[in-house]
Amino acid sequence: MQIQLNNILQQVKDELAKAATVAETDSIRVKALGKKGQLTEILRGMGKLSPEEKKELGQAANAVRAEIEKLLEEKFAQVKESARKAQFKLETIDVTEPGVPYNIGTKHPLTITIEEISRVFKSMGFSIAEGPEVETVFFNFDALNAGPNHPARDMTDTFYITEKTLLRTQTSPVQARTLMAQKPPIKIISPGRCFRCDTPDATHSPMFHQVEGLVVDEGITMADLKGTLDTFAKQMFGSEVRTKFRPHHFPFTEPSAEMDVSCFKCGGKGCRVCKGSGWIEILGCGMVHPNVLDVGKLDTEKYTGFAFGMGVERIAMLKYGVDDIRLFYDNDMRFINQFK
Amino acid sequence: MLVPVEWLKDYTDVKVSVNEFCDRMIMSGSNLETVEYFGEGIEGVVVGKIEKIEKHPDADKLVVCSVNVGQEEPVQIVTGATNVFEGAYVPVALHGSHIPGPLHGQPKTEGGVKIKKGKLRGVESFGMLCSAGELGLDDKVVPIAHRDGIWIMEGEYTPGMDFVEATGLKSAVVDFEITPNRPDCLAMIGMARESAATFGEKLRYPDTKCEKEEGNAKDHIQVEIKRPDLCRRYVARVVTDVKIAQSPWWLQKRLIFAGMRPINNIVDITNFVMLEYGQPLHAFDIRMVEGAKIVVDTAEKGEKFTTLDGTERTLNDSMLLIKDAKKGVALAGIMGGLNSEIESDTNTVLIESANFNGDNIRATSKKLTLRTEASSRYEKGIDPNLCEAAADRVCRLIEMLGAGKVCKGSVDVYPAPAVHKPVDVRVDRVNSVLGINISREQMTGYFESLEMKVEGEGNIMKVTPPTIRQDLETEVDYIEEVARLYGYDKMPVTIPAGNVQVTEPKVRTLRDMAREILCGLGANEIQTYSFVSPKGVDNIRIAEDSWERAFVRIINPLGEENSVMRTVLTPNMLEVLGRNYSRNLPAARAFEIGNTFMANLTDPEELPSEQDALCVAAYGEGETFYTLKGIVVELLNNLGIRDLEFTAESEYGVYHPGRCARISYNGEELGIMGEIHPDVADKYGIGTRCYCCEILFEAVVRNANVEKAYKPLPKFPATSRDIALLVDEDVQVGTIEKIIAENGGDILENVKLFDVYRGKQVAEGKKSVAFTLTYRASDRTLTDEEVSGVHAKVLKQLEEKTKATLREM
Repeated sequence: MQIQLNNILQQVKDELAKAATVAETDSIRVKALGKKGQLTEILRGMGKLSPEEKKELGQAANAVRAEIEKLLEEKFAQVKESARKAQFKLETIDVTEPGVPYNIGTKHPLTITIEEISRVFKSMGFSIAEGPEVETVFFNFDALNAGPNHPARDMTDTFYITEKTLLRTQTSPVQARTLMAQKPPIKIISPGRCFRCDTPDATHSPMFHQVEGLVVDEGITMADLKGTLDTFAKQMFGSEVRTKFRPHHFPFTEPSAEMDVSCFKCGGKGCRVCKGSGWIEILGCGMVHPNVLDVGKLDTEKYTGFAFGMGVERIAMLKYGVDDIRLFYDNDMRFINQFK
Repeated sequence: MLVPVEWLKDYTDVKVSVNEFCDRMIMSGSNLETVEYFGEGIEGVVVGKIEKIEKHPDADKLVVCSVNVGQEEPVQIVTGATNVFEGAYVPVALHGSHIPGPLHGQPKTEGGVKIKKGKLRGVESFGMLCSAGELGLDDKVVPIAHRDGIWIMEGEYTPGMDFVEATGLKSAVVDFEITPNRPDCLAMIGMARESAATFGEKLRYPDTKCEKEEGNAKDHIQVEIKRPDLCRRYVARVVTDVKIAQSPWWLQKRLIFAGMRPINNIVDITNFVMLEYGQPLHAFDIRMVEGAKIVVDTAEKGEKFTTLDGTERTLNDSMLLIKDAKKGVALAGIMGGLNSEIESDTNTVLIESANFNGDNIRATSKKLTLRTEASSRYEKGIDPNLCEAAADRVCRLIEMLGAGKVCKGSVDVYPAPAVHKPVDVRVDRVNSVLGINISREQMTGYFESLEMKVEGEGNIMKVTPPTIRQDLETEVDYIEEVARLYGYDKMPVTIPAGNVQVTEPKVRTLRDMAREILCGLGANEIQTYSFVSPKGVDNIRIAEDSWERAFVRIINPLGEENSVMRTVLTPNMLEVLGRNYSRNLPAARAFEIGNTFMANLTDPEELPSEQDALCVAAYGEGETFYTLKGIVVELLNNLGIRDLEFTAESEYGVYHPGRCARISYNGEELGIMGEIHPDVADKYGIGTRCYCCEILFEAVVRNANVEKAYKPLPKFPATSRDIALLVDEDVQVGTIEKIIAENGGDILENVKLFDVYRGKQVAEGKKSVAFTLTYRASDRTLTDEEVSGVHAKVLKQLEEKTKATLREM
């Protein structure tokens, strides 16, 4: 019996040495250890033996079974491993082939610019207000302290719908609307479309976008204006940019200023973008004229404020290096795709 | 405003470099456009004296000049100019010299021209005689005397001198951008006042006092103002024994620097003083002023008048006319009359220095479409107190130049002299608005540097500006004066105190969401003009009398193609797709969200209604009605609008009659979509099938619900049953789905179409549609009997209502 057991073990060893696949290994297992396997056969034949012999043989058979199981386990691991290897080899792909295209769309660059500007001002506590594109002469000019003979009122500058209504030439009417609708503290920006009688060329468009801003509260100073817009410039164009406020004139602010930022392309050394000056004009601003605050029937002794307005196309052109304003309204998909 | 720095120095000291001058002027409020350097690019050009002129042996149009250029021997130079003469002093560009150019009759070259000796028709020429244009002067400033030839220099020179040194044709000219509130800066003295205040220097006024005056102006002329509302002041001075000649070079040079052409002494002097003071002046030949009388009055209606430019103009009774006893002699503040022009034999002139109403001048100038230097100055507003000084200055210059004899006194009609009242400016208010803290003394210093008078005490400064400053009306105007002289750059930088809740209109939030969703669905955003061509609605086959034709019209559009406000977005969208298609882009998917406008038909003076619309469209491989429908449904679902209804529409001209659907929600129309009608696609040059959807975004905003709510995940298993129905072709999937939904009760969780089949094994005119129905209860595991009971009812209703035949699955 012991000999038979040894033979079985030897036979398993021999066969396993030749086996190469999981199936072959498994048939060796069945042949040796299965219900009708060789080892089972031997154990079945034990009935005729004495208890001592049974015990002795049982121990021997279990030892052989354990040995075979161990060998099988090792073999299974080995053949599975090589089967995986073969499978992987077979299934190897060219990872440099392109992926399946999933094309998400792109927002228009002007939208992106407005969103960036809005994000910065929202982070500083500004709300967003909107106003109509077809405006009244009152809100577009009268309420903004533009004199009755202000040249911008001319039909050569402004598109009129009727004598009293027009296409707004600036987003500033939203200032007047907000002052009439709301009590201070006021802190808003208003992005939107504006229209002026300009024949389209590389730097002019009869329709364009502005972002207007208005802050009115007790004790607002020109230093607040500088601080707010300087913060905006640094967040919008990079923390290293410097700002310069130059005196200027607008009917609806007094004092008025234009804000330049140090050129964010060359850092102020002078280049094509800043036309060699190192500075780029970004926006107009100033302290809200008391005549405008009057529109909101505010106590001009108690309340002061500042306002500002910037051209979105101009900022987008500077930021993205777009050299022709008409590209924004041409809507070539190859242009828009560049702003992904 | 062109300001030659050398000229400015007559009125104030400028001790800094041109760059620093510009930088500091900008920071004190005088923004500038450009700086030009006269005399740049002229190298090696010398003064030559023409000794002898001989005919060219082989060319009729050329002459050979022998020119003394300070060398031992004169040099030989050939020229084609006809205005040269023996004894003339001329600029000579010798061999190896450099001029800015362009050469006569040639285009301008970058970097100028280098002059070399050469032969002209066989005769050697050792350089060239230069015209003003060749030396870089703009044609509009070249003195009239040598406009068409070589520059004949005024005065005597040592031959061989450097031309630029000899003429002083060298100055930085700063072009300042003058804002409309500061007409006082459209004058050299005005800019000098700014410069003096900026740099803390003194302002010097020019000499206006004649040394010798003869006779009396009052003996020559009387002045009557009939319309004091339109003419605040009229000063007349008289000069006799006028000798019309060229102006001296120093005067010509200044006009040239300031962008004006020298003409003759009298004209040049009036122009010079206009540039100095900002006061327009006019000179009449007094011979032509009948009755020795000037009457300032409006013209007769229909009156004909010929201006200096030789044009006969028809006037009306709102236009101010300077008349003599009988007729008009000048169009007030705009242009003189041809009948009283200064001629070469003029002996006595009347110098007019008057103040006319700017609005009236603007209106006249606009009606006659005649805009002049004088009219544009009057339009902007001029201080009436300037008239006298300017007239006196003209007389003084005439005397200095020996151009005539000045009569004593003037006729000055000035019914209501201009005075400025003081304005109260509070020291603490100035500081609090600017966020600074400076003393009364410092503020007073700024005001006084601008020639303002400061009185009062303590916190109150009573400030009176010179009448030249017409922009200073209220306290805040003075705050600006302090701000700009203190320096915007010196003000501190603070952040406003106080917080306000950040809000934005709901429509804006939803627009932003829609953009994100549509971009996620592969569409690019476009932006198109709000004003469009009225033909757009024709192109997309909109029916007559439709609301899409209720245009808001622009009175003064750039052109027909931009003359109405858009009522729908589709035409612009198709134009963009057509443009992309024509540029060989094989596919495009795009959207726009923007305003549409509807005329207010009840009251056109009221603002029109503005409504947000959304348009999404696509063409290209793989695009179908259903891909676009998928986009639209996903968009609206994400905005909380589910259970949309799509109803077939065959009457809307924009779309293919068999492939168009109206989209509604809870009975409210949200929009329309479909395959673009082939005729419409043709109009826009889209040579492939194109799909488009226009949504009334305002309706979406009304129905949107972006609140999110959690529902527990299912705890019990679902059972699904597949069915296939054979139905007539005209039975819509939507109808079947509705029947299933109505009969599935609480336990029907979902219905999903998974196949539509036509062809083999399906009779003609029929189709097979297959659905998966999913049943589930939230509180128990459904039994087979329960599901079968409901399912059977669904099937029975389907068979009855759609005459469907159940197919084996």
